[in-house]
Formats: sequence, structure tokens, C-alpha cells
Amino acid sequence: MTPPEPSSYLVLALLLVAALLFGLTPLALAWLWARFFSPAKPGPTKHAIYECGLESRGDAWIQFRSGYYLYAILFLIFDVETVFLLPFAVAFGGLSIGGFVAMMVFILLLAEGLVWAWQKGVLAWK
Amino acid sequence: MDWINQLSPLWQFTLISSVKILCVFSVLMFIVAYAVWVERKVAAAIQDRIGPNRVGIFGLLQPLADAGKAFLKEDFTPDHVRKAYYWLAPAIVMTPSLLTVAIIPFGSYLGGEKMVIADLSVGVLYTFGIVSLGVYGIVLAGYAANSKYPFLGGIRASSQMISYEIAMGLSVVPVFLMVGDLNLTAVVQYQAGSLFDWLIFKQPLAFAIFVAAMFAEMNRLPFDLPEAEQELAGGYNVEYSSIKFALFFMGEYAAMTVGSALLVTLCLGGWSLPFAGLDQPASTWLGGFLHIGIFLAKMLFVEFTIIWVRWMWPRFRYDQLMNLGWRRLVPLGLANIVVTAVVLWALAK
Repeated sequence: MTPPEPSSYLVLALLLVAALLFGLTPLALAWLWARFFSPAKPGPTKHAIYECGLESRGDAWIQFRSGYYLYAILFLIFDVETVFLLPFAVAFGGLSIGGFVAMMVFILLLAEGLVWAWQKGVLAWK
Repeated sequence: MDWINQLSPLWQFTLISSVKILCVFSVLMFIVAYAVWVERKVAAAIQDRIGPNRVGIFGLLQPLADAGKAFLKEDFTPDHVRKAYYWLAPAIVMTPSLLTVAIIPFGSYLGGEKMVIADLSVGVLYTFGIVSLGVYGIVLAGYAANSKYPFLGGIRASSQMISYEIAMGLSVVPVFLMVGDLNLTAVVQYQAGSLFDWLIFKQPLAFAIFVAAMFAEMNRLPFDLPEAEQELAGGYNVEYSSIKFALFFMGEYAAMTVGSALLVTLCLGGWSLPFAGLDQPASTWLGGFLHIGIFLAKMLFVEFTIIWVRWMWPRFRYDQLMNLGWRRLVPLGLANIVVTAVVLWALAK
């Protein structure tokens, strides 16, 4: 039985509900169990920040390298590229010479972007 | 079985899909539970220990004991966390791996029914969309904990996962250049003919990049920096305990299982074997079950290899990790696309 295409997406909705329930049910059950059968025993040490047994100093809002952000920006460019490449791969069989060359130029431009970032030293984790 | 035929097609379809979802979830969770047991036993064997052997013979009931313990432990929420995110993160970690399962053909046909939950024409595009969501659970956990180590773990995870997602996306493009279809059922059928039609032999480089990226996406050694025990004391899940911690754990193993399934589908021939008529979609119940068995066997082999690697390799440094991702795998992936496209083009003309 081959269902019409919308139905395959209907299944995904069904699956999404099932998957969310799968994560949330144990959380809810454990919460109910804790509420009725195991009284909470809070304590200052127990509820403190965990850091290898030493007392925590300062804020958790620490400074971190900006390098992480640069990679995120590069990611945006190349992820969109990948999305464009997939339809190209599917249509490849019936592609005219013009389309083929256009796609190669597209890949070239992105490779150029990568080379530029490399030259600028963005890709080096110092 | 008469009452099924009397239902409207839409209800029939919904009913059959629900049964499929239920079966797949059960099998997946069984595998997840025992993957933990296998991991502990393999680790023990490699390190010359015995491993779990107290609960049941060979410690086979260990997963049940662990689940019971995780459920009954006190589920306390530390004072300093952001409560809403803290509660949501474990559930979010589980969801993407469960959603990815939808498009993986885990068998050919069983009683005239296609063995895939949703046979989407956009296939792998859906996978990449969902896989990208996987990072949210981990980053959210790191942020919600409001504590230094989890925060660093979350930041590391985000950078690592988005970097290797690109390598992963680029690595599969040559595969689809050859197959000409994003649908994973079509990918399996393309590979069904002979052993050398398997894309691991036709696209060894794509396979290698995909495997490396898969390890990084799953945060498994040698890429497990987000949870490096010796540096971050466990990373993004440090502030979690009891059932919430168990959900992170299960999420990791579910991602591992689904990743193996995806690798088998893309490069190792899916449910097919190139002899004894097993390369054709099954028309009998026996053949259908046999195909599911073949798929599971391949998948478990890949999963075993992943576990094996963990106890054999040291961890990369973060700069090595980023270097490998951006300066080696991304250019290699791009080159592989261009070379494959040009060669295919030349052959066709």
C-alpha cells in the first residue's frame, strides 16, 4: 500500500508526539514518584554548584573564546551550501552542460571562501 | 483481519504506522539498554576486568537494575539552575534520535507493507534537519546548569557538532550524485545488485568522512570533548542526577544506534545481501523477517565497532579536532564532490 505523500508527513506528526511523550513521560513519572513516595532532603552542600568538590568561585558567566562564534558564522555559509548541493545531486542525471558548469562555479566560489578564511587564519585554533 | 479492511484507508494507514512506530521504539530501546551492557562488558574485556556480573547471569539484568535505580533516586534540582530549561533539556536530547529513525528502511517488505515509518522523497534532507536539532538539547543543558563545567561542555559541543555537520553533509553529496535520489529506499535498492555496488566500495572517501563526522556528531571518543571526564568532570550533564541523567545517557546511545543504522543504509547496503536472492525486496514473510535480521546484524556490527573504538583510541585536543574538521574533512569533501561529478559527467557523455 503506497499512501499519498501528505500521509507520510502525517506519520511524522504522529512520531513527533510519540518521541516527545517518550522523553517527557519518565520525567513526569519520576516527579510524581518523588512527590508521593520520597520526601525531598535538601541541603546547602547538596544544592551547591558542583566543581570537583572545591567550593565554586565567581560567576558561571565566564568569558570564553570568540573562536567558537567564528566557526558558527562559517557554519551558516557552508550549511546553506550543502542544502543547495543536494538538489544538484538529484537533478544531476538530466542536467545540461550549462547547469553543470554553473554548479561547478558555485562550488568554486565556496571553495574560494574557505581558502580566504583559511588565509585569514580563522580556521586555526590558537 | 476483516475489521482492518473495513476501515477507511487513512485509518488503516494510521493504525499500521502506529504499530510500526511502537515496534521500532521497542526494538530501539532494547538495543539502547543492551548497548550499555555490551559497552561495559567490552570495556571490561579490553581492560582485563570482569565487568557487570552480579545481576542475573553474566549481569544480563543490569540494564533493568540501572533503570530502576535511576528512577528511584532522589531527583533534586540544584538551587542555581534555570529550572524550565533544566527540566526540558533531557527530553529534548532524546527526541531527535527518535525522529531520525522515521526514514530509515529497516527491512524491505513484510506482508506487503514497506518496512519504513515514513518513506519520504526528501529523505536525507529530513535527516540533516533533525540531526541539527540534536545540538540544542546539549547546549540547553550546559546553559541551564548555570555552572562552569557544563557551560564549557555545552559551548564545546555546539562548535564541534556544527563543524562536523558540514563535513557530514558534504560527504553524502557524492553518494546522492551516484544514486540520483534522496529517498533512502532508493539508496538501498541502488546498492542491492552486487557487493561492489555498496557505496563503501564505490565511494570509500565519502564513507571515511561520514564515519569520522558521525563519531563527532555522537560525541564519542576520539571526539568526546564536550564530556571529557578529566577536564570537565563530565561536561554538560554534571549538574544532573537520577532519571534526567539517565535520559542523557539513553539519548547518547539512541543517537549511536540511529547513526549506525544510517551508515548501514547509506554505505553498507541496508537490508540487502548480494546473494541467495536477498538483494530483491521480499515477497514472503520469511524473507521479510530475514531482511530485518540482516539490517539489524549489520547495524549491531557497526555499533560494536563504535564501542570498540572508544576503548582503543585517545582523545583529540580541541585544536586538532577543529583542524581535522575544517582543514581536512571539509576540503576533502568538496574535492570528492567535484571529482565525482566530473567523472560521472564524463562517463555519461
